[in-house]
Amino acid sequence: MLAAEAQLKALMLSALAGDAATYRALLAALGELLRRYYARRLRDAASAEDLVQETLIAVHTRRATYDTALPFTPWLYAVARYKLLDHLRRGRVRATVALDDAGDLFAEDESEAALARRDLNRLLETLPAATREAIRQVKIEGLTTAEAAERSGRSEIAVRVGIHRGLKALGDKLREGRSREDR
Amino acid sequence: MKTDELIDRLAGELAPVSRVAVPRTLALGLGAGAAVSFVAMWLWLGIRPDLASAADTSAFWMKFFYTLTLGCFAFWAVERLARPGAGSRVQMTLLAIPVVVLLVLALVQIDGVSRTARMHLMMGASANVCPWRIAILSLPVFAGTFWALGKFGPTRLVVAGAMAGLLAGAFGAWIYAFHCDESAAPFVVIWYTLGIAAIGALGGLLGRALLRW
Repeated sequence: MLAAEAQLKALMLSALAGDAATYRALLAALGELLRRYYARRLRDAASAEDLVQETLIAVHTRRATYDTALPFTPWLYAVARYKLLDHLRRGRVRATVALDDAGDLFAEDESEAALARRDLNRLLETLPAATREAIRQVKIEGLTTAEAAERSGRSEIAVRVGIHRGLKALGDKLREGRSREDR
Repeated sequence: MKTDELIDRLAGELAPVSRVAVPRTLALGLGAGAAVSFVAMWLWLGIRPDLASAADTSAFWMKFFYTLTLGCFAFWAVERLARPGAGSRVQMTLLAIPVVVLLVLALVQIDGVSRTARMHLMMGASANVCPWRIAILSLPVFAGTFWALGKFGPTRLVVAGAMAGLLAGAFGAWIYAFHCDESAAPFVVIWYTLGIAAIGALGGLLGRALLRW
């Protein structure tokens, strides 16, 4: 599920008013968005997850800086981008662009990715729940099979087999869909 | 720590946030710094003894409003720059207005006067100390604005630092104007602006070091 601007903004507004339940929902949704954001920009999964946490903390401690008259997601991604650039600087990765100018480099059109994600989610929905979760965790969120096994309480082998079968089923479905279109 | 645990902890810490938290905290830092600066000016330099009669002259109000409008526009710019992703171009452009207005006034004043009179309009009697005093009186305000800005989320650290520096410089100069008895627009547009700009430059230099979060 791709959380939309309107939905996130509504959650943020009631979180700013002090509603802890919606705040928890907001942070969980932001966690997923941020995980995707950093996974696409960093190779190292561990530091991506660190950045997710760091950004969630920044969202929390800096939440007063969100101007409620403006849309929410640009604010969120400005925080995320700041944390990413800060991370790159800290890691002594040669950043040859000044922080003030680098924003444009990272701006990109996310709409196509969003469509692809929606299609992927729709396909995943057709699989049994356990298989779907395993694929999501390992292939999308980047967990190891061991971690996914620990999370779902199944053996590592079961997770591996589940993912293999699931991917095969997805492949069959895609081929089926395509040949139907061809006819 | 797992991300889920972190979310639980953060949600447990949630407290309502005022929608005017940014301008309020900024005003608090600015006010506290300005109060210290004002006392420092009083003890160190003293308020000009002829303040009551000076208040009847346009020269006094020229300095008063030049520094105050600069300070207000800089405040507005910093209030925007404190927020991730918020635009601040309008506010930063507005800063040029008081400078341009005073510059025009200064050019009118030096137009057609003799060389020595022009020199006097520009140098006054305190050109050699004015920018330094403004810079020194700005430092408590500088501390106050940087303290406030550090609580928020500036993402353009150099620009935000420079604007916070200008804000401090403008209010430092505003306070200095209670001591300073110069009355020529050319003097003010050169030496006041120089003192304010110096603190702006200091803020830009220190922005990245002091404002990281």
